[in-house]
Amino acid sequence: MARLVAVGAGGPAGVAAYAAIVQEPRYLRAVLSTVVLAATVTAATLLIAGVAGVFLQRNRFPGRSVLVAMLTFPLAFPGVVVGFMVIMLAGRQGLIGDVTRLLTGTKLVFAYSMAGLFLGYLYFSIPRVILTIMAAAEKLDPRLEEAARSLGASPWRVVRDVIVPGLTPAILSAGAICFATSMGAFGTAFTLATEIEVLPMTIYTEFTLRANFATAAALSVVLGLITWLALGLARTAAGSSAAAAA
Amino acid sequence: MRTRGTAFYAQLAFTLVVCAFLIVPVALSVTAGVTVNFFQGVRSGLTLRWVQEVWRLYSETIALSMMIALACLAANLVVGVPAAYVLAKRRTWLTRLIEELLVVPVAIPGLATALGLILAYGTFGGFRTSWTFILVGHVLFTLPFMVRAVLAVLSSIDLRTLEEGAASLGASFRQRFTGVVLPNCRSGILAGSLMVVTLSMGEFNMTWMLHTPLTKTLPVGLADSYASMRLEIGSAYTVVFLFMIIPLLVAMQLISRPRTAAVPQEPAVAFTAAAPEPGA
Amino acid sequence: MTSIRLERCAKTFADGTRAVEPLDLEIRGGETVVFLGPSGCGKTTTLRLIAGLEAPDPGGRVLFDDVDVTEVPIERRNVGMVFQSYALFPNMTVEDNIAYGLKVRRAPARARVDDMLTMMHIGELRRRRVDQLSGGQKQRVALARALAVQPRVLLLDEPLTALDAKLRDGLRIEIDGLLRRLGMTAVYVTHDQAEAMSLGDRIVVMSRGRVAQVGRPRDIYFAPANRFVADFVGTMNALKGVARDGHLELPGGRLPWRGARAGEVEILFRPESVTIVDAARAQLTGRVLTSFFLGDRTRVVVEGVGATPLIVETTERREFAPGHAVHLALDTDAMLTLDR
Repeated sequence: MARLVAVGAGGPAGVAAYAAIVQEPRYLRAVLSTVVLAATVTAATLLIAGVAGVFLQRNRFPGRSVLVAMLTFPLAFPGVVVGFMVIMLAGRQGLIGDVTRLLTGTKLVFAYSMAGLFLGYLYFSIPRVILTIMAAAEKLDPRLEEAARSLGASPWRVVRDVIVPGLTPAILSAGAICFATSMGAFGTAFTLATEIEVLPMTIYTEFTLRANFATAAALSVVLGLITWLALGLARTAAGSSAAAAA
Repeated sequence: MRTRGTAFYAQLAFTLVVCAFLIVPVALSVTAGVTVNFFQGVRSGLTLRWVQEVWRLYSETIALSMMIALACLAANLVVGVPAAYVLAKRRTWLTRLIEELLVVPVAIPGLATALGLILAYGTFGGFRTSWTFILVGHVLFTLPFMVRAVLAVLSSIDLRTLEEGAASLGASFRQRFTGVVLPNCRSGILAGSLMVVTLSMGEFNMTWMLHTPLTKTLPVGLADSYASMRLEIGSAYTVVFLFMIIPLLVAMQLISRPRTAAVPQEPAVAFTAAAPEPGA
Repeated sequence: MTSIRLERCAKTFADGTRAVEPLDLEIRGGETVVFLGPSGCGKTTTLRLIAGLEAPDPGGRVLFDDVDVTEVPIERRNVGMVFQSYALFPNMTVEDNIAYGLKVRRAPARARVDDMLTMMHIGELRRRRVDQLSGGQKQRVALARALAVQPRVLLLDEPLTALDAKLRDGLRIEIDGLLRRLGMTAVYVTHDQAEAMSLGDRIVVMSRGRVAQVGRPRDIYFAPANRFVADFVGTMNALKGVARDGHLELPGGRLPWRGARAGEVEILFRPESVTIVDAARAQLTGRVLTSFFLGDRTRVVVEGVGATPLIVETTERREFAPGHAVHLALDTDAMLTLDR
């Protein structure tokens, strides 16, 4: 790792490689769009997995365990496979294309755009976050909700005042891991990205195609720093909220 | 519980949609893998031709992936389990630091690790082109998961008392380690092992950078087929991959369940938080 | 003051277990009723039916002041609940916990919270976080929170069970005073008969989803309606003998018998109805099996009087060595027989 930082700084242009990231709009844009994409995916995943996870933990109905198994099945898919799944859905021969052509006459293909990438990141984030949320929801004390209701709280107030605060540590840690994974997601981007500049793709292009080792290394270090920062922040926040919830 | 209201059905519908989002493409790809011509649909007939084609083109990647996964597991067992034991046993600032550092592989994208490896050791010609180069990357990547899985179990049992009990009965260090410590963290070792194998089988980010034309693993082959082969072959290849990891996943589910029930403390969250990160 | 009426209230859970058999019960306004029974007897489920946390099986009705509230969800029933596990919101301070019900109703909270803090003697805890409180303090906060919204009825589910013995006694006296002062309708669930005796205006003894007896504490203790109540509440001795010619013949002696029945009878009596006497006045004689010195009294287990050992309590200071003869006299007015 130290080697990586050194190569980033010790390349032909020295520390300039790091400066270039800030100066060269292309790199900066890649960094920014990756951060925005990862953050959006994280927010969307937390919302989706939060609703589904709490629902699955709270209700017992026939077929529930099958549903849970199916929702967590893609947990071990590598990024490339996830990318392929997005192609199956929204690619040139994809399901969404077929359906939209039947309905509107034009074929909707967005697998190879930012939207496709978003879908792919969502795909590999949802199973993991659902598991974390379910585990956390299981440990919520149902008496707390009953107490809130006995005091007159509506179902929405119960969600806001009891369930969400109770899940906060899990939401923070799952969110941080989701963000970190999305930042570094290369396989999905590699399978899909024909025209998208996200950080892992930029690093790859710089390294393999342009043999620009210093920039690739510097970008990697930036990528690592951002994810590490996100994880660190979440840990601190989760730590203090867990202490408050103890 | 009152009769189920609209809220229940709305949430159920939502969950079903999410589930469909995850499962439909898998179903599509399984279908495509055994369809004569996916563009025309299932009407064109079913065939195992694509699966055979995959076998012809990519059987070496499958063999290599299995070999690396097993070698990776062996390395993890030899290094990771004793490491976890030491971490659990001695609580000093150094072990705490190491424990902190165990989250690093999650934070550092595989791509960066691969770059670091290439820049550090890429110049040793024979090593660079050998499959052991990939193995080193995989071990680096998976080791923390093994250590954390074993550590989680070790810290949930009272290791010190168990060992003192065994020592009071006259057991030597070696007898204690093999007779008391190992059997008691068996579930952790098992969980960690399954995770290591699954992770290694699916690892792409790092492997893509580390591989050479002669050392292609399964996911590398997958990426290659997605990029350059027809959709049916990519699908058939995906099906082969799914068949290989499903048993691992099922086994992981089965052993993780009683553990969360037996140890109500933290493991459920710790386990999922430490769950594989192959998505990247 | 709200009265509560349960009509044909039964509860069957999704897995088919019947927690409560159809039950009719009237709780008068301002009354404190205690549900007493072993775990799994249905007392907590009945409380949750009143609260609105469970719905009765079809046909059952819950009425507050003769108005059917069966379909009214708990958040609109205006009940105060206190749980064994306190159920304080961990993300809020003591003050915020107490104010919660008022805030949800958009009612002014400040003055009422002050009153509650004073009433429960916890003014100095106001800004504390919940995890900085002891068990007793937590339960005071929980009571304050439940009472702050001026509920129609107060429902307490084993509120003292999680506390240690000494704290439990103190808080029990306090709760008793509070309920008398507020004159509020209260339903209190416990498995502790001492708690039930001292708090309840009436006690509902439950067993296996059914009401075994309803009555004032004295009725329950001195005139149990059946064997279950007799055994569950306090200690009860049982002797089987044969009634004949105005006497009851027992293995260890005989007692005067004024009962109508002749032939084989079983009598029940509390340990405190037996006195240890000298041989001259003995009605019954047995041997000491073992004895327990409890400080203020000695509990002596006597064998040889009937088929099973008797438990006798005495304030005598002497020791009772195993094997020694004991002579007993029984207060025959306190003797019970149960039909069936």
